[in-house]
Amino acid sequence: MGDIRLPHELYTLDNGLRVIVHEDRRTPLVCVNVWYHVGSKEEVRGRTGFAHLFEHLMFEGSEHVPEGRFDELLEGIGGTNNGSTSTDRTNYWELMPSNGLDLALWLEADRMGGLLPAITGAQLEAQRDVVRNERRQSYENRPYGLASETLTAALFPHGHPYSWPVIGSMNDIGAATIEDVHAFCRQYYTPNNASIAVAGDVDVAHVRDVVERYFADIPAGPVVSRPEPAAPALERTERIVMEDDVSLPRLYIAWHTPAVYEEGDAALDAAAAILAHGRASRLYRTLVYDRQVAQAVSAYQSSAVLGSTFRIVVTARPDVALTIIEREIRRELEAMANDVTDRELERAVNGIETGYIDSLQSVGGFGGRADQLNMYLFHTGEPDYAARDLRRYQELTASDIARSVRDHLLAPSVVLSVVPLGRSGLAAVNR
Amino acid sequence: MHRSSSHSPRAHQPAVGPPPVTTLPPIVVHRLGNGLDVCIVERHDLPVVDVRFIVRGGASEDPPEHAGHAYMLGDLLDQGTERHSALEIAEQADTLGASLETRASWDSYAAALHVLTPRIEPALQLLADVMLNATVPDAELERGRSERLAAILQERDEPRTIATQAFNRHAYDPAHPYSAPLAGTRESIAAVGRADLMALRRAQFAPASAFLVLTGDIAADAALPLVERLFGGWTAQRTGAGGDGRASMQQRTPGSAARVHIVDRPAAPQSELRVGRPGPARDTDDYFALLVANTVLGGAFTSRLNMRLREEKGYTYGAGSRFAFRAGGGPFMASTAVATAATADAVDVIVTEIERMTDEAVPDAELERAKNYVVLGLPASFETTGNVAEHVVEVALYGLGRDYYGTYADHVRAVSAADVQAASARWLGRAGLTIAIAGDAGSIAPELEALKIGDVNVDEYG
Repeated sequence: MGDIRLPHELYTLDNGLRVIVHEDRRTPLVCVNVWYHVGSKEEVRGRTGFAHLFEHLMFEGSEHVPEGRFDELLEGIGGTNNGSTSTDRTNYWELMPSNGLDLALWLEADRMGGLLPAITGAQLEAQRDVVRNERRQSYENRPYGLASETLTAALFPHGHPYSWPVIGSMNDIGAATIEDVHAFCRQYYTPNNASIAVAGDVDVAHVRDVVERYFADIPAGPVVSRPEPAAPALERTERIVMEDDVSLPRLYIAWHTPAVYEEGDAALDAAAAILAHGRASRLYRTLVYDRQVAQAVSAYQSSAVLGSTFRIVVTARPDVALTIIEREIRRELEAMANDVTDRELERAVNGIETGYIDSLQSVGGFGGRADQLNMYLFHTGEPDYAARDLRRYQELTASDIARSVRDHLLAPSVVLSVVPLGRSGLAAVNR
Repeated sequence: MHRSSSHSPRAHQPAVGPPPVTTLPPIVVHRLGNGLDVCIVERHDLPVVDVRFIVRGGASEDPPEHAGHAYMLGDLLDQGTERHSALEIAEQADTLGASLETRASWDSYAAALHVLTPRIEPALQLLADVMLNATVPDAELERGRSERLAAILQERDEPRTIATQAFNRHAYDPAHPYSAPLAGTRESIAAVGRADLMALRRAQFAPASAFLVLTGDIAADAALPLVERLFGGWTAQRTGAGGDGRASMQQRTPGSAARVHIVDRPAAPQSELRVGRPGPARDTDDYFALLVANTVLGGAFTSRLNMRLREEKGYTYGAGSRFAFRAGGGPFMASTAVATAATADAVDVIVTEIERMTDEAVPDAELERAKNYVVLGLPASFETTGNVAEHVVEVALYGLGRDYYGTYADHVRAVSAADVQAASARWLGRAGLTIAIAGDAGSIAPELEALKIGDVNVDEYG
C-alpha cells in the first residue's frame, strides 16, 4: 500500500553529530529537527522534571541570539517551532518556508554550541515559574490529572527512571540550580548525543555546507552512559484508590510489556486497536454500546526504551461501580487470549496502515517526516525504517495478537480507581 | 571553553533570502444535475483522499431552549441508516482503515472522511449513506442522550470548559444561540425527541444547501462519475429557510463597564481566565485587519499577551486570543490559566493589552512581523489533504470566492497600522468586556474588586 520510503543521506560530523537530509519538494517548506538523546530517564531523584525544564531554557537565547529573538526571528519569516520531552529523548523542530533553512540551522547550532553563556539565574527562575504553571494547568488543575503519575509510581520501583513523571515534582522543579543547568548541558547537550534531520524543499549539498559551517566546531562531549535498571515486574496485582474532584469514576489498568520494537510490541499495538479503537472495538461495544456502563474507553501500548506499559482506561457512567468495569475488561482479555478473529486483525492493520501513510503528509511538526527520520535513527539506527516498521504489523497473524494478550495482559497489573470525592465505594475491588 | 564570539562561525546571523513562491492548488468546482456543488483539489503525492460533505445550517439555528439539538443530530447521522445499523457503519469504516465522522458546528453539518485511495469507493458510498439516509433510530437517540448527559456532567469538572461556558453565558444575550454550549444543556438534551431531529434534518438536508469537497489523490474525471452515481439521485427539498436564521440574532449592546464573573472552584491552584466580547461575523470588512490585530495581541507565541504573561511575568504556561469567526458574530476571547495568586494582575494585563490595541498604533516592526507570520505561514497550513479540505470548506461555506487564497496575501499585506487601530476600536477596547474566571473566589474576588474594572459577581454553579 503506497511507497513509504524516505530517501535520505545520513552522515556523521567529526564531533559525532549525526545528520540526516531528506529532499522533499512537494511544498516550499523545510523542517529542521533535532533530537537530543536524553529524557527524564537520565534524571535522578531530587531533580525530577529537569530534562523538561532544560527544554524550556533552550528557547531563552544563546551566545549570539539575545533572549526573545529565537521566536521573533522564526515567526517573522512565517515559521513555527516547538520542542518536547519524553522519558527517552528531547526533540526540537522549526518548520518554515524554505528560505529560512540557514536561519534555523544557525539557531539550532548556536544553542547547541553556546547555550550556557546566555542562561542567567533570572531566566532559570522565570522558566521554573512557567513550568510550575504548566504542571498546574496540565496536571494539578485537570480532572484525573494526577492519575498517570500515581500509576507509574506504582508500576515501577522507587529508583527506576520511569517511576517519576516527565514534568517532575513541584519541589524538584523549584530546586533546580544554575549549576544543574551547566552540568546537564555539558553531559547531554553535545553533538555526539544528538542527531539533526533536515527534510523538505532543500538542496542536499547546500545543507551539508551549512551544517558543516555552523556545527562542525562544536566540541564533542563525554560519552553518555545510560541507565540500565533491572526489568521491573509486578509480583501481584496492586490496587490503588484516589479521590478526585470528578463526576465520573474512571478505571486505569496497567501492565508491564515488551520494550519498543521487541517481540510483542507490535502485536500489543494491534491488541489495543481491537480492544478500544472505534465503535466496533470489543470494549466500546460491550461497555459503552451494549451495557452502557461506560462513557469512554481507550487502550494503548505505551512503547519505550527501558520497557513499555500497556494501559486500559475506562471512564464509567455516573455511579457505576468500577468492579463491574474491571470484571468486563478481564473477561474480554481472557476471550481475546484465546481467540482473535481475522476480521479484527484486518481492521486493526488497515487502520495502522492508514496512519503510516498519513504520517508522511507533513515534513514538520511532531511526527512529521523530519521527526520520523530522527525517531527511527534513535531506535533502530536506520532513518528510513517506516516501511519495515509497518511490516511488523502487516505480518501479524490473529494468533500473534492472541498470544501477546495471553503472555502480557493476563499477568499482574496495577489497578487504579479514580472516584468522585467521598465515593471510594465505587472503587474496583478484588472479586 | 567557549570560543570568543568574534571567531565563532555563528557570530553572524545568516541573511534570509526572499520567500519561495507559493502556488496554492486550484479548486475545481462542478455542479451536479440536482444542484449539488462538488469541489475538487487534486494532489497525487500520497495515496490519500479527504472528503467533506457539508450541509449549511447547524447550531446557530437552534434557539437556546433547543441548544444541542443540531449537535445531537450531527452525532447521530452515522448511527443508523435505512440500510445499516450503527455498529455496521462503524465496522465497515474501520475495516476500510478509514475515519468517518459526522458532526454539527455552528454553521454546518459535516461528514469528514479520510481514507487511502484504493478504498475510496466503498468509503464514499458509506459517507453518502450516512449523510443522505440517516434514520436516527430511537435506541441510538437514547444512547446518545445518556452519553451526552454524562458528558455535560463531566464538563463541570473541567476548568477550561467551565470558564468558556461562563464567558459565553455572560457575553451574549440569553436569547442568543451563542450564549449556550454547542452541545447543549442538561435541560435541552433531556427534552429532545426524534421528531425534533428529523425536522432539523428535513429543513436543511438537500442538494441546494449542501456541497461536497474532495482533496488529494483522486482525479476529477474519475471522481465525478462516482459522485454522480452516489449523490446525483438525491432530490430532497429543504423545508427550512436556507440557513438565514442567524439574521434575527441580536447582539447584546456593549455596556459601558466591563463585568467580572467568577465560577467558584474552592482551593483551585490556577484560575482559568476568559476575557472578550461578541465580535463581528465572518463577512466583516474588518476581517483581515482583525486577523493582523489578533496576531499582534494573542495569535502567535511572540504576541503581546504571551510575552507579558508568560515570558515577563511567569504567571502562565501560555496565553492567547482569537476571534471565532462564524456566520453570526462569534466571540473574541483571550484565554489563559494563571497561578491563583496572579489572577487580578493577569486580568489587569489582559485588559490593558486589549485596550492598547485601540489606544496606540502598532509599531512598524511588530506589524510587519505579524503580517509575515500570517502570510508566510499559510503554505504550512496546506500540507495535508485534511488541511486543504478544511480550507476549501471555509471558502465554500462562507462564500469567500474561488480565488480567496490566491489574493489572501495581498489582503493581509494591505493592512496598515491605522486599519488595525480602527478595527480594534470597533471590536476591542475596554468597554463592555466580559471577564469570566473559573477559580478560587475566596482568594481572588477581593483583589479583582480592588482593580475597579467592573462589577464582580460570583456565579451560582450549574
